Amino acid sequence: MQAPRIVVQGFTACFDGKPAVKNLDLEIFPNERLAIIGPASSGKTTFLRSLNRLNDLDHGFTHSGKILHDGKDIYDADVDVAELRRKIGMVYAVPVPLPWSIYDNLVYGLRLAGIRDRTTLDERVEKALGYAVLWDEVKDRLHEPANVLSGGQQQRLCIARVLVLEPDVLILDEPCSGLDPISTGKIEDALVALKERTSIVLVTNNTKQAARASDRTAFFLLGDLVEVGPTAQLFTKPTQKKTNDYLVGQFG
Amino acid sequence: MRVSPATSQRVAVGFMWALAAITFAVLVFILAFILAHGLPHVTWSFLTQSPTSMGREGGIFPMILGTILVAGLAVLVAAPIGVATAVYLTEYTREGRLTAVIRFGADCLAGVPSIIFGLFGFVFFAIALGMGLSVLSGSLTLALMVLPTIIRTSEEAIRAVPYAYREVSFGLGSTRWQTVIHVVLRSAIPGISTGIVLSLGRSISETAAVMLTAGSALRLPRSLFDSSRTLALHFYILAREGISMTNAYATASVLIIAILALNVLSYWLMRRFVAKVGR
Amino acid sequence: MKRDRLIGAVLLVVALSAISGLALIAAFIFREGVPIILRVGAGQFFLSTDWEPSLGHFGILSMLGGSLAVTLGAAVIGIVFSLGLAIVLTQFAPPGLAAALKPAIELLAGIPSVVYGFVGVVTLVPLIRHALGGPGLSVLAASIVLGIMILPTITSIAIDALQAVPRSYVEGSIALGATRWQTVTMVLLRAARSGIVAAVILGMGRAIGETMAVIMVAGNALALPHSLLDPVRTLTSNIALEMGYASGDHRQALFATGVTLFVIITLLNTAALAVSRRRAGRRRVG
Repeated sequence: MQAPRIVVQGFTACFDGKPAVKNLDLEIFPNERLAIIGPASSGKTTFLRSLNRLNDLDHGFTHSGKILHDGKDIYDADVDVAELRRKIGMVYAVPVPLPWSIYDNLVYGLRLAGIRDRTTLDERVEKALGYAVLWDEVKDRLHEPANVLSGGQQQRLCIARVLVLEPDVLILDEPCSGLDPISTGKIEDALVALKERTSIVLVTNNTKQAARASDRTAFFLLGDLVEVGPTAQLFTKPTQKKTNDYLVGQFG
Repeated sequence: MRVSPATSQRVAVGFMWALAAITFAVLVFILAFILAHGLPHVTWSFLTQSPTSMGREGGIFPMILGTILVAGLAVLVAAPIGVATAVYLTEYTREGRLTAVIRFGADCLAGVPSIIFGLFGFVFFAIALGMGLSVLSGSLTLALMVLPTIIRTSEEAIRAVPYAYREVSFGLGSTRWQTVIHVVLRSAIPGISTGIVLSLGRSISETAAVMLTAGSALRLPRSLFDSSRTLALHFYILAREGISMTNAYATASVLIIAILALNVLSYWLMRRFVAKVGR
Repeated sequence: MKRDRLIGAVLLVVALSAISGLALIAAFIFREGVPIILRVGAGQFFLSTDWEPSLGHFGILSMLGGSLAVTLGAAVIGIVFSLGLAIVLTQFAPPGLAAALKPAIELLAGIPSVVYGFVGVVTLVPLIRHALGGPGLSVLAASIVLGIMILPTITSIAIDALQAVPRSYVEGSIALGATRWQTVTMVLLRAARSGIVAAVILGMGRAIGETMAVIMVAGNALALPHSLLDPVRTLTSNIALEMGYASGDHRQALFATGVTLFVIITLLNTAALAVSRRRAGRRRVG
C-alpha cells in the first residue's frame, strides 16, 4: 500500500471552546475516494474545512492534534496557507461562481499563484474542464458570465476551478445537495476519472451516493469518527452498532 | 358621530398623498424656477470668460475651474481614506470596542455642521498649517466633511458582497488582501462609486465651509495655494449683494445641472450595483 | 499572511486618522472659543441678548432663541411631511411609483442650500410678506425652507425604520381585521418608534447646523423672536455673517458661538445614536 497523503492524528476542532470534531485519527491515501457520512452536526464539514484551514476565518476556532500533509503539519507556523489551499482544493455545497466570466473564474486561482502566461492558462483551463466533464458544454462560450450556466454546470465549473490548480486532494462538501439526479450522475462520473490524479474526500448526506461513489467510507457521529473501512464492507457488515443504526435509518 | 375605519383610512391616505404631491411639486418648482430664469443666459461665452466688475458682467470660468479643483481634490483625498477605513471595518477586524469607536467617530463627524468645518478649516489648514485661504485649505476641509459619507456607503457596498465569494477566493489560495482587491472591491465598486459621486455633489454644493477656507478671489487660480471662489459661493455673493440677478440665475443653473448630472450618474451606478450583487 | 497583518495595521492607522479629524475639530474650535466664554462669563455669554462686538458685548441669547425657533419650526414641518412620505412610500404606493419617487427625494437632498435660500427669498418671503404681513424674512420662512431641506434625511431614515418592522406584524394585524391605516398607526409606527425618533433628532441636527439658506431667509435680526413673523439670527448665520471681517475678541466670540453649536449638535447626535442603539441588532447582520 502507498504512503498516506494526509495523516490526521488526535485532531480536535473547537468553536468558542465547544468541540465539533473530537480526537480524530484518519488517513487519506493517494488515488482513493473517501466518503464521509453522518447525520447533521456530526463534524463532517468542520473536519473538511480543517483540511484546508478554512476554519481559520472563524474567530472562535481553535484546534489541537495534527494534520500531516506529505508528512508536514499543515498548522505549523511556517506553512503558507494560500499555497496549502491550492494543494487541498475545496468545492462547496452551493455552487458559487464569482460574478465574472467562466474563463476568469477558472484562471483566478492560477493568477493568484502567479501564473500569467496565456498559453499555460488556456491549456490548464481546457484540461480542467475536461476532467470536470464540462468542456464540450462551455468551450464556445468561455467568456460569457458564469452565472448563466445551469446549477449542475455551475457546480462542475466550481470543481474545474479547483482542478486547474492540480491539487493533491480534492475535498467536496455535499457537492450535489442542490442538484438533480442527472447532474449528480455527471459529477459522480467525473470523480471516478479524477481519482487517477488526486485523492478525493466527499462529504455527503446521501448514503447511496457514498455507496456508489467511494472506495472507503468514514462514519461520523457527534464529532466522533465511529468507523472507517472499505465502502462495500462498511455498508454490508459494519463493525459498530451505531453505524448499523444510522444505515438502517435510526438517526434519520 | 363615529367615523368608520374605512373612511378614516381614505382621509389619512389622501392627506399623505397630498403631502407627497406637494414635496414633488416643490422639487419640480425649484428646478424649473432656477432653470427657466437662468438657462437662457448660460451661453458659451458665459461659461468660458472671466467675470468683470465683480461678476456683474462677463462669465464664470474661474469659478467653474475653482469648483472642479476644490471639489475634485476633496474627493480625491477623501475617497482612498474612506474606502480604506471601510475595508478595515469590514474585512480586517471583528466587531468590538475599536470598531464601535470608529463608527461612533464617523457618525459624529457626519453630524457636524458645515459652518463648523469651515471654522476648523480656517484655524487649522489656513492659519495653523499656513495654507492661507486657498484651494488646498478648502479641499482638505471638504475632504474631512465628506469622509463619513464615503465610509458609510463603502461599508454598505462591501457588506452587500456575498460572504461566499470570500470563502471561494480563500479556498483558491488567495491572501486576505488579494481577496479584498480582486473579489470584494471589484464587486463593490459601483456601490462605492455611488458614495463618491454623492460626495462630489455635496462638495460642489457646499458654501459655508468653502467661504471660510477657500476665500472668494475672482481670478483664475494658478496654484493650489491660490484663493478661489466656487460656483456656489459666487452664486451666493451675486444674489445676496444684489450684483446681478441674471448672472446669479445663470450660475445657479450651471450648479443645478451639475448636481442633476451627478444624481443621475449615482442612480445609474446604484442600479448596476444592485444588478450585480443582488442576483 | 505576515503581509496581510501589516496591511491590516496600515488600514487601522488610516481608519483612526480618519476619525481623529473629529478630535482635531473639537480641539481647535474649543481652543479658540472657550477662553472668551470664560472671560465674558458663561452667564453673560449665554443669557444676554446684547451682541455688540465693537463695544466688546458678547451675548448670544438671541441667536440661541433664533436657532431654537427655526429648528422647532423645521422639525414640525419636516416630521409631518417625512412621516407622510415614508408611510405612503412603504405602505400604500405601488412599487413602481415608490421606486420613481425615491430618487426625487434624493435629488431634494442634493440641491445646494444656497439655492434653497435663494428660491425662498425670491418666492416664499414676498408671499409671506403680502399674505401675513411683517418683513417676510422670518422664523416662518426659515422653518419652511429648513423643513423641506431636512425632509430627505428624516424620510430616508424613517423608511429604513418602517421597512425593518417584520412583515408578520403587519400581516398579523391585517388578519385580525384591521384596515391598513389602523395597522400603520397601531402596529407599524409603534414598532418603528425608536428609528423614527432617531430620524427626527438627526433631522433637527441638520436644521440647527444649516447656514446659508437660513442667512438668506431668516432676516438675521438681533432679537429674541416674539412671533413666527419676526426676523431672527441663528448661531450659524452669526458665524457666517461676521467671520469675514472679525478679529481679536470678536473672532474668538464667533468661535465660541461655534463651540455652543458643536456642543448642541453632539448632544443631539448622541441622543439619536442612543435611541437607535435600542434596535442595533439589525446592524450586526451580515
